[in-house]
Amino acid sequence: MASPAEMTQEENNWGGGSRPLGSRYGKLMMWFFLLSDALTFSGFLTAYGLMRFKFESTWPIAENVFTHFPGLEGDQPLLYVALMTFILIMSSVTMVLAVNAGEKMNRKAVTNWMLWTIIGGLIFVGSQAWEWYHFIIGDSGAVETARQEILHIYNEEGERLSFSQVVHGMEEGHASNHGETFTKAEVLAAMKANEGMYIMEPGKAGVSFTHEASVAMLEAGDVVQGANMIHNEYGQKQFANFFFFITGFHGFHVFSGVVINFIIFYNVLLGTYERRGHYRMVEKVGLYWHFVDLVWVFVFTFFYLV
Amino acid sequence: MSDHNGTWWIWKVFWILLVITGVEVALGIVKPEFMLTQLFGTSVLNYVFIILTLVKAAYIVQIFMHVKFEKKGLKYALYLPTLILIPYLTFILLTEGSYLFQ
Repeated sequence: MASPAEMTQEENNWGGGSRPLGSRYGKLMMWFFLLSDALTFSGFLTAYGLMRFKFESTWPIAENVFTHFPGLEGDQPLLYVALMTFILIMSSVTMVLAVNAGEKMNRKAVTNWMLWTIIGGLIFVGSQAWEWYHFIIGDSGAVETARQEILHIYNEEGERLSFSQVVHGMEEGHASNHGETFTKAEVLAAMKANEGMYIMEPGKAGVSFTHEASVAMLEAGDVVQGANMIHNEYGQKQFANFFFFITGFHGFHVFSGVVINFIIFYNVLLGTYERRGHYRMVEKVGLYWHFVDLVWVFVFTFFYLV
Repeated sequence: MSDHNGTWWIWKVFWILLVITGVEVALGIVKPEFMLTQLFGTSVLNYVFIILTLVKAAYIVQIFMHVKFEKKGLKYALYLPTLILIPYLTFILLTEGSYLFQ
C-alpha cells in the first residue's frame, strides 16, 4: 500500500510523480524547439516591419514585384503565391492524415500520405526557386541614381516602361525584359531621343522629374536589372535583403522538412515503426511540418498581403 | 487521437483554411475602397488580413498540431511564452521604433 507521502505526490501534478505535461520526451523537445523557432521568425518579421515603416515611401509593393504566373502573360498579382500557399496547406493536410493513420497502425495509409506530403514539399520548394529566379533576373529594369535611389521610367501617358520598350519602342518591346540585358548607353540614347520620357520614384509617394532632369540623373547614375543584395530594381534594397533572408530561411525549413520526412518515410517502408509498435516519429515530424506551414501563413500575410 | 472518428475533422479544417486564404487573396486583388480607411497607422484592410491570419494560425496550431487536445500544462507552456513575448517585441518596436525618424 502506498504511504501517505506517495499519495500526495500522485495527487499533486507538480510534485514530479505524475506527468504534468502529459507528453513524451521526444514530442516535448520538438515543441520547445518549435517555440524557439517561432520566436526567431517573429524577430525576423518584426524587423521587416520596422524597416518597412522606416522606408515606407520607397518600399516596393509586393503586388508590383511578384506578378508572374507560369504560362500566363501580363500582371497576375498574388495568384502564384496563392497557389504556393494552397500547395503547402494541402501537404499539411496529408501530413495530419499520415499521423492519423499512424495512430491506427495502418502502415499502408501512412506510406501513402507521407509520400504525398513529400511531393507537396518538393513542389513548394520548386515554386520558391521559380519565384526567386524571376525576382533575381528582374522585370522592367530601373534607373539607379548616384545617390542610390531607384527610379522607374514612364512615358507621356504615364505608363511605366520597361527597358525593352524604351530601347525597342512601344510596338517592338515587351512589357517585361524577358531576361534581355540593356546597357546604360542604350537606355540613355533612347531616353535622349524621346522627349516624353521621364523618371519617377516607385512606391506610394512617387515624385516625378522633368525630362531634362531625368536624362541628367541617368547620366550620373546607372541602370539596374533584377534584384540582388546590392542592387534592386524594384525599390528599396532592404526589401530584397529581407525577401531573400526570410523566404530563404523558411525555404530552408521546408527543404530540411522534406529531408526529415523522407527519412521517416524510408523507415515506414522498412517497417521500423511497425516493429517498434508505434508511429510516434511520424507525429514528431508532423509537428515540424505543420510549423513550416504555420510560418508560411505569416510570411504570406506580411510579405505579400499587407 | 482517440477522441476523433474518421478523417472528416481534418478535411473540415482544410476547407476553413482554403476559404480564408481565398478571401485574403480576393481582398488583396480587389482592395475594396471602403477598407482602405486609415485606423491607428494602417488601413482597415491590413487589420482584416492580420485577424484572418491569426484565425488560420489558431486552426493549424489547435487542430493540426493537436494542442487543443493536450493537457493544460503543455498548453500553458506553449501559449504563454508566444503570447507574451511576440506582442511584447512588436510593442517595443512600434513604440521605440519612432527613433528611426529622428
